[in-house]
Amino acid sequence: LSISETFVGLEIHAQISSNSKLFSGSQVQFAAPPNSLVSFFDASLPGTLPVLNRRCVEAAVMTGLALNCSINKKSLFDRKHYFYADLPAGYQITQQRVPIAVNGSLSYSLCIDSKMSQMVTKTVRIKQIQLEQDSGKSLHDDTRSQTLVDLNRAGVGLMEVVMEPDMCCGEEAAAAVRELQLILQTLGSSQAVMAEGQLRVDANVSVHHPGEPYGVRTEVKNINSIRFLAKAIDYEIQRQIEELENGGTILNETRAFDSKLGCTVPMRDKEGKQDYRFMPEPNLPPLILYDAKSLPANMNHQQVINIDWIHERLPDLPSVKRKKLVEQYGILPEHSFTLLNEEGLAEFFESVVKQTQMKPKKVIGWILKDLLSYLKQHSLTVKESPVSSFVLADLLNLLEKKEISSTAAKQVLAELWKGEGKTPLEIVKEQKLELLQDQKELEQICQAVIDGHKNEVMAIKAGNPKVLNKLIGLVQKKTQGRSNPVLVKQLLEKKLSG
Amino acid sequence: MRALLLGAWLRAGRGLPRAPGSGRRHREHRGHSGHSEHSEHRPQAPLRQKVSVEVLQHLEHLALVDFRDAEGVERLQKAIQFADQLHEVNTDGVEPMDSVLEDRCLYLREDDVTEGNCTKELLENAREKVEEYFVAPPGNIPLPKLEEQETFLQGSQ
Repeated sequence: LSISETFVGLEIHAQISSNSKLFSGSQVQFAAPPNSLVSFFDASLPGTLPVLNRRCVEAAVMTGLALNCSINKKSLFDRKHYFYADLPAGYQITQQRVPIAVNGSLSYSLCIDSKMSQMVTKTVRIKQIQLEQDSGKSLHDDTRSQTLVDLNRAGVGLMEVVMEPDMCCGEEAAAAVRELQLILQTLGSSQAVMAEGQLRVDANVSVHHPGEPYGVRTEVKNINSIRFLAKAIDYEIQRQIEELENGGTILNETRAFDSKLGCTVPMRDKEGKQDYRFMPEPNLPPLILYDAKSLPANMNHQQVINIDWIHERLPDLPSVKRKKLVEQYGILPEHSFTLLNEEGLAEFFESVVKQTQMKPKKVIGWILKDLLSYLKQHSLTVKESPVSSFVLADLLNLLEKKEISSTAAKQVLAELWKGEGKTPLEIVKEQKLELLQDQKELEQICQAVIDGHKNEVMAIKAGNPKVLNKLIGLVQKKTQGRSNPVLVKQLLEKKLSG
Repeated sequence: MRALLLGAWLRAGRGLPRAPGSGRRHREHRGHSGHSEHSEHRPQAPLRQKVSVEVLQHLEHLALVDFRDAEGVERLQKAIQFADQLHEVNTDGVEPMDSVLEDRCLYLREDDVTEGNCTKELLENAREKVEEYFVAPPGNIPLPKLEEQETFLQGSQ
């Protein structure tokens, strides 16, 4: 088996988060009665004209800046023609010649091993970002041989982000898309929820042997989640490699990912090469953007978009937030990734740290291992957690003050998940989990254990210190977990040395 | 009779004779006089290329237009010839112009909801509807292949 080089590029459509559509004043909303959010322009009735939404332009500029792009101060709109029932005008208004932003980059991280202990940073080039209209939705009714069309989505603003084929596999593409999703959500330019169709990804895949000419690429569509994105790409790479090894050829075609079967299949509707007959959109003059230097003096503020003004107001991007978390709290980079990967988790962590004396490096364990795993088990978001940051901090304080052992703390936490409103202290008292503070009583128990296990004592004195752990365990058992293991060890060692 | 005569002249690639006393002013371009009217009283640019069957089929597919007969194809060829006059102008170093309105300001609208909620009105135009959805034929119906069509194109092979 010879090694193939693989190339994966992505075309990502992100629905712009705005109140109204790109070129009309109808509302943008998921799940509304069919054809209720449609203006005459969206329905392509004669005599209507496009009017550009300022918010959509700002969203595209923000996104371009966040992805290190050059913003084109003059960009143009074009018509892309094709016939489909959910495209009433017969063309889509897009930016084919000169898009709003070009030549950017996106950095993302991958885990080298499955333990998430080593991360590597990769970069993918952003070819361009363009503004374009979304189409309506078609519901295919094969039994009655018809298509039902809902134009609520027709005309909603999209940002198409084109990523160059710098990625090599499903895992890289998934990581890049995940990072883009986080960036868009941080900027607020798109909510980027794939399940609601706010983020759609098409993959371009090709393979070839080094030294040979580049392979034919296929386009893979109908990918509904980041997990399926990785699967679809890896399947397609495998399919192409096998096809070539069997002496076959790869067709330049569009394939759909079938999530049930886990494979890609040719798409019927896309037979033959499309000729979109691009032409300039005659109803829209060029889009002009300004910066501090080129700001015109006598123009209405509302009609001017200042790139520098937007740049100054960009929020901290995920990569910056992660760095700050690592620097401020001394946690590992992998930890910062997990914190940002879950909505609200970073804020929860910081809130707990503020309310407890426990060191952040210790708190993070409780957040990532105990809290997060519980939430995942019960499919809850951080917002829905029955344990608030205040309550968790309270518990960790008890632990920090050595009023309870860490085993006891886990027990208390298990009780707190029930969300019955009890405080950690109440639970500790209820279940008698307080650490034995009476040194004398502890010493007596230690002595009793020593007296009752002469063989083990001899083994320790003979030079096998590991047996001490057994004695510690026995003391723990006798105290029902209410003894501080460190203190017990000290006491036992003192008695045995004497 | 007249149409056939035109066709013959077109295929021969020659200019048409100017009618006497046409009275129109002609502007001089490089090599040929051009005039942007439907008048037959002007010399035609030479026919640069005949429109092939493949191109015709492709065009029919793209625009969902049926050229149907010789006259339709003729009209197409005339249109191409007419547009070809553009090639006679030297545009080296000149940026293409999309619209005479290119210096106008592109108006930016505030992001307010001002339209929509007119389902009933929109559906009034629909011949068929199902529970407030527009109804369309299923997917993209592929055009019949050339062999299956009964157009004059088959005869022109």
